[in-house]
Amino acid sequence: MSEPVTMLATPIRIEYEFTAGLAQSRYLKGIAEGRFLGQRCPQCQKVYVPPRGSCPTDGVPTTDEVVLGNTGIVTTYCVVNVPFQGQSIEIPYICAQILLDGANIAFMGLIQEVPTAEIRMGMRVEAVWVDKKDLGPTMASVKYFRPSGEPDAAYETFSEYL
Amino acid sequence: MAESEVLRAPHVIEYTYTRSTGPVIGAFLTGLRDGKILGATTPQGRVVVPPTEYDPITSEEVGELVEVGPSGVVTTWSWAQTPQKDQPLERPFAWALVQLDGADTAMLHVVDAAGPEAMSSGMRVTARWRPAAERIGHIKDIECFVAEGSA
Repeated sequence: MSEPVTMLATPIRIEYEFTAGLAQSRYLKGIAEGRFLGQRCPQCQKVYVPPRGSCPTDGVPTTDEVVLGNTGIVTTYCVVNVPFQGQSIEIPYICAQILLDGANIAFMGLIQEVPTAEIRMGMRVEAVWVDKKDLGPTMASVKYFRPSGEPDAAYETFSEYL
Repeated sequence: MAESEVLRAPHVIEYTYTRSTGPVIGAFLTGLRDGKILGATTPQGRVVVPPTEYDPITSEEVGELVEVGPSGVVTTWSWAQTPQKDQPLERPFAWALVQLDGADTAMLHVVDAAGPEAMSSGMRVTARWRPAAERIGHIKDIECFVAEGSA
């Protein structure tokens, strides 16, 4: 008889149909047009991006749509030096929390075109989009963020968002 | 915004795990590959199928592995009218707990039956094996169970 069984392959595959919902669908359609859309809370006036359709603080629908800037501030960041399975970006690379101009919450973005030693809190960055013909309702439409060349933002202007 | 304007997209999550079996499940799977179903005897003399390394009631280590089945009794069952991808059979079938002859516990498997009217708790079933050359040491080495006498 052949060798005893000691290992067992147990692949797991789950096929979802993801439904973006009303707010995220609006956001992704904005992305397909090359712009960031947020939504404002009618009570606290905070602007959320990507919008989820309601304010997590006040629990009310965020009905007002706000077109946000293409630029923002690096609030915090992480330099990734560790290779892992499925990695699609060459290491080292920078993953940052970016507070878009006009938004009251930061989101995560890839930073390129800057040496990892030069990344810093408060750095001003701008979104770099794929070619207009390649834009689509997917975050792959935003290639990355890069330094905009503007002077750094003062710590007080983003300390609330850390 | 109308409901129809809500975006949808496929989202697939996949993990290709490989597990080590340990000595008891390893022996059970080796047995399946050899066309045998093995259970574990507990210190109280109960036979647990599929075998566990420890008695599920007293947590004591189990003893010798013994052959059970290949026939047994359906204790409970549920009809799967619309089989999903990668399920054991492509046609409608029953998920069933089968208490094999010689076992004190029931094992989850499937019964190939013409329809739910052909299923009942207490019915006798027997294992339908895959051809020996196709068996790899996997629970699917038993293709399914079928009503005893129909195999």
